[in-house]
Amino acid sequence: MGKEKLKFAFYWAASCGGCEIAVLDINEKILDVVAKADIVFWPVAMDIKYKDVEAMPDKHIDVCFFNGAIRTEEQEHLAKLLRKKSKVLVAFGSCACDGCVVGLANLWDKKTVFERAYFETPSTKNPKSVTPKTSFKVKEGELELPEFYDTVKTLAQTVDVDYFLSGCPPPISLIIQAVGAIFNNELPPKGSVLMPNKSVCDECPREKKDRKLSEIKRIYEIEDDFKTCFWDQGVVCMGPATRAGCDAQCLSANIPCTGCGGPGPLVTDQGAAAISALASIATSPEVINQAVDPIGTFYKYSLANSILRRKVMK
Amino acid sequence: MKEIVIDPITRLEGHGKITIFLNDEGNVENAYLQVPELRGFERFCEGRRAEDLPIITTRICGVCPVAHHMAGAKACDAAFNVEPTETAKKLRELEYCGYYIYDHILHFYFLGAPDFVVGPDAPPAKRNILGVIEKAGLEIGKEVIKHRAYGQKITEIIGGKATHPVSALPGGIAKFLSEEERQEIEKMVRSCVEFAKFSLKLFDDIVLKNVDYVNLIKSEPYTLKTYYMGTVDKDNKVNFYDGDVRVVGPEGREFVKFAPSEYLDIIEEHVEPWTYVKLPYLKKIGWKGLVAGPNSGVYRVGPLGRLNAAEGMATPIAQKEYDRMYKILGGKPVHATLAFHWARLIELMYATERALELVTDKEITSKNIRNRPGKPSEGVGIVEAARGTLIHHYILDDKALAKKVNLIVATTHNAPGICMSIKNAAKGLIHNGKVSDGLLNRVEMAFRAYDPCFACATHFAIGEMPLKVEIYDDEKRLLKTIRG
Repeated sequence: MGKEKLKFAFYWAASCGGCEIAVLDINEKILDVVAKADIVFWPVAMDIKYKDVEAMPDKHIDVCFFNGAIRTEEQEHLAKLLRKKSKVLVAFGSCACDGCVVGLANLWDKKTVFERAYFETPSTKNPKSVTPKTSFKVKEGELELPEFYDTVKTLAQTVDVDYFLSGCPPPISLIIQAVGAIFNNELPPKGSVLMPNKSVCDECPREKKDRKLSEIKRIYEIEDDFKTCFWDQGVVCMGPATRAGCDAQCLSANIPCTGCGGPGPLVTDQGAAAISALASIATSPEVINQAVDPIGTFYKYSLANSILRRKVMK
Repeated sequence: MKEIVIDPITRLEGHGKITIFLNDEGNVENAYLQVPELRGFERFCEGRRAEDLPIITTRICGVCPVAHHMAGAKACDAAFNVEPTETAKKLRELEYCGYYIYDHILHFYFLGAPDFVVGPDAPPAKRNILGVIEKAGLEIGKEVIKHRAYGQKITEIIGGKATHPVSALPGGIAKFLSEEERQEIEKMVRSCVEFAKFSLKLFDDIVLKNVDYVNLIKSEPYTLKTYYMGTVDKDNKVNFYDGDVRVVGPEGREFVKFAPSEYLDIIEEHVEPWTYVKLPYLKKIGWKGLVAGPNSGVYRVGPLGRLNAAEGMATPIAQKEYDRMYKILGGKPVHATLAFHWARLIELMYATERALELVTDKEITSKNIRNRPGKPSEGVGIVEAARGTLIHHYILDDKALAKKVNLIVATTHNAPGICMSIKNAAKGLIHNGKVSDGLLNRVEMAFRAYDPCFACATHFAIGEMPLKVEIYDDEKRLLKTIRG
């Protein structure tokens, strides 16, 4: 990639800000990044407007890191615009890759989300059934809000994506590795996941035993021995179906993997893979029925990117 | 009528937008803070396993996930009718102090300090953390980064992960603290205590010794007389992690003190069609619109709200600083919005002193970290997030799945106050249609004091919002653009 400085862009769509913090948590390494690359668009930090991006020639940006899911018209527009202006587009973090927990809203739609937030919640007093409007006339003038979509989409469901780096947020070491690969021109083939080709189980310090599951228990119901695999203790763990790279941080805190790294290697549907793992060790079909809230348990971060995608709209 | 839109990152990129309308004489008629975001957590938390709620709700905010994790864990404790063990409570509170340390350091140095250290009228390009480092010295910059990282490290050790912690369970916490980890935290905390003292001295030297700054803090455009809310311990001292919630009136008298389970008797939320955020108010007084004073139900939360709502701080150095603030600013309560920054530093002092008490507590490394949950029912968990009171309310079914979830987050409480503070700041700077060039920063300062959460990641990166002011004439033709 020659001696000319690379041009980076960062963008956030429907997200919590944790991915931005992860970028800043590379701490002093951010200085290396700035030394080797110009950041040409980062709305969180720089006053470069969206029309400035429109004015850029196509493929002007070398690498764009895009975090957040797509749930408004504007986010969709920005995704398309940044795709056009970027040579390489990276889906950064669980929201952009898999929809993350925000994707669980696909079990509902705009109407039912609004009903809960603005009518039903017990602290809300709304006798006239007011809901926010995309355009509303107040006595002094008109105020506008962006449209809220029925369905949460991932970045790859919206535009063509070159690389994926998941996690909620992506592990710092993987961010540093990815940036290093970009600088050294060592990026893998298009479509690759910039994470290790193994599952969380491969990084987990806990001992695996016979893994015969005769009863499913909840994490708060067991006396954890702090060393045996959670499956062996009867507790659902997303480790087998989830991509590694996090050093099994949650397991080191004695909490089962909840799946934020997204589908593991060769896994298309993270939830289906976890259910199949469960089925393979269950001693009877009844055990499988003991798994409550299968969507929230097995598809917590990946519903929007699964073969289920959303509840059927009527 | 003229319309001025201050759009933090442009309208499309959605993290808070301010619109100011002028009347026919060209003076400020009204100001609207719009929050163009909704993700629907209260709906999609329904049906989830109770133990997942403190993990799912952290994704509301990547800057203050610890607050959601703890409010969620406490709502679960209440819903399962279980009291965590003493050690679990102390570990959770220690983790919580770590969160306050990183969050308050971040927001003072990256957000508040540029206005005072570099100066409110300095060019925008200088009003950021780099400007602070330039003026205060590189060594201080390094200390800021080091101590912020310490706060995060403390939360990571106890919580499993700093961003999106996982370790709290109904009835306690999943991970005990090893003696090695305890020593590591103690070392960091001792350094943080000194850094908090240093920060207060810096504030003293740069702000309080400058008459102009003190006058600015006390000035009318930055004054708003409202009710205040915050969590207190049994002695009415500020507490971040646990206690009853106390509300004082604009004159400083106790209006009400309530247990978390009673919040629905005290707080109601109003819906407006022009913003996705709801506007809370004190139920007994009612929603009277965006107005201040004792007859309006508007109240404020956050560092100044907590200090006003309490009768003091539970640790010695913080108490001394608390007394000093009220002495210098003319008694309680303080209505000066810019005093939020000072209050934040006093709280940083408290967080470090309290962390030191906890990390040197003999029980902190005990392995007695969990009590057995009882039958699932209904529970409310309240903590003080850095930006104010945070309420999680869960109703569980007999399988311990969430039937109903209600959440009132810190910035929501302050939304009405922020609207009014912006209006007041703009009023002082817009006369007869003439918009002063200082408008941008003064309006910025008014809402930055609250550290509004929808913009906090923005503050984080550079210490100022990349604001844009657009002034339109009656026919919506663009007259003038001011850029930050």
